[in-house]
Amino acid sequence: MLELKGLSYNVSGKEKDIEIIKDVDISFDKGKLYAITGPNGSGKTSLAQLIMGIYPATKGRILFKGEDITDLDISERAKKGIGYAFQYPPRFKGLKVLDLLSLASGIEEETVARGYLRQVGLCPEDYLDRDVDPGLSGGEMKRIEIATLLAKNPEFVIYDEPDAGVDLWSFDLLLDVIRNKHKKEGITTILISHQERILSLVDEIILIVDGRIKDVGNKDKIWPVIKDVVGCQRDTLCSRRDKVETKCR
Amino acid sequence: MKLNAVDKNLLEQVADLHDTPQGAYNIRRDGEGFSRHSTENIQINVKEDKPGIDIIVKPGTKNESVHIPVLLTQDGINDLVYNTFEIGEGSDVQVVAGCGIHNDGSQESRHDGIHTIYVRKGARMRYVEKHYGEGESVGGRVLNPKTIIEIEEGATAELEMVQIKGVDSTKRDTEANLHKDANLIIVERLLTHGNQKARSDIVVNLREENSFTQITSRTVAQGDSEQIFYPRVIAYAKSRGYVECDSIIMDRAIVQSVPEITAHHAEAELTHEAAIGKIAGAQLLKLMSLGLSEQEAIEKILKGFLR
Repeated sequence: MLELKGLSYNVSGKEKDIEIIKDVDISFDKGKLYAITGPNGSGKTSLAQLIMGIYPATKGRILFKGEDITDLDISERAKKGIGYAFQYPPRFKGLKVLDLLSLASGIEEETVARGYLRQVGLCPEDYLDRDVDPGLSGGEMKRIEIATLLAKNPEFVIYDEPDAGVDLWSFDLLLDVIRNKHKKEGITTILISHQERILSLVDEIILIVDGRIKDVGNKDKIWPVIKDVVGCQRDTLCSRRDKVETKCR
Repeated sequence: MKLNAVDKNLLEQVADLHDTPQGAYNIRRDGEGFSRHSTENIQINVKEDKPGIDIIVKPGTKNESVHIPVLLTQDGINDLVYNTFEIGEGSDVQVVAGCGIHNDGSQESRHDGIHTIYVRKGARMRYVEKHYGEGESVGGRVLNPKTIIEIEEGATAELEMVQIKGVDSTKRDTEANLHKDANLIIVERLLTHGNQKARSDIVVNLREENSFTQITSRTVAQGDSEQIFYPRVIAYAKSRGYVECDSIIMDRAIVQSVPEITAHHAEAELTHEAAIGKIAGAQLLKLMSLGLSEQEAIEKILKGFLR
């Protein structure tokens, strides 16, 4: 459904360009549930934002349903059916929750927006007329962000750390909503996450390390690799620099 | 006399009216009284010593409104009026003021409205003043309102002052005196573009105990326009005041925001905040990821910000 071919993304550094994403090749199949995981700073969000068009690719192509979308901007990609739930959704002074949901769904009916809020566990009465501003907590913002994606209803959707800032109990509900949508409507879904529980639910895990795809597979295959990458290799590297002896945990 | 199409459009812009309003009203057009209507509870009288009107709301009047729009449809008019409002004890009313200028000519059109408002004991007044300009003039459209407001014990006034389009130059002066348990909420919303200039000076004196004011200014400056805000709260008693100025700056515009708080009493609580910045990139990206073009996203963000 979505293919990344030799995709790279560089930013300018002080002396030379810094490679954030390095020559990524991968294909996401229609209707599958994926997780992208990896250490902090490995390039997970950058990869998602390259797919949404927020960052421009330095090299390589992006194909969506066979069409080359590399040169399309964000809104054109959104119209084609790609969606992205931000890790830190922005706040807006003066824009109400209802406005945001109406923009996302294209339907200016309160009853429609109410349904999306209920799905993410927010009482419509308490939220529809509220501004999407700093008066909302991080957890409330994440739920509203997920509600906008439900309202937008893209065929291919990436949720960037949907669990961040949401309490564990509430996150179960949000995860059910995302999984149901994926299962019932065959939405190709990617969850960027570190949570072991999420990794055990998905069809395939993509492990990104240092801007490259390190491995792809199910949890049993990937989990030991993550432990190795995050635990052992980093310890070894640090120890070497500090000139101390350590053993892999 | 009947309202023509230009009049009706200006009326809609400044007062959300499609024709002459219900209830009490006074429509002033091109420097003269055009039509006027008083009701049992709201009396409008023409001043005898100078141009302008007295609006007298009977004590205890509830849920009534008075519209006093000013329309300028010709160039070369320099209109100065003095209006006095007497909002009677215990009443609860809405005043819709506002001025619309249509200027297609080569000379300036200007309206200076000097309003003195008395909100008597326990009364509540909501005052909405919208400014709007249109037309292809090379002469300017100028509006310089001055509002002096006295809010008596236990009374509340809400002022909403809006200027969204087409006014080349504005200098707004607002001065308020709050007495015991009085409240004043001021919301100012302004958009300037082209070479427009806008200045707003507000002085709120919290004269007696438990008075409260909140001043919020939301503005957008585009093109080569210039804005200056100078809201001041001065507390002379145990009272509370909050000032917030928030501006979005674009293109080559200049915005100066100078909120000032002064306390003459140890139990006064005053705070202020001021921010000037461009539209946040993440806001644009979010709306574009919902399918809006960049321009549509900008318009949506500005419209919400100025709502």
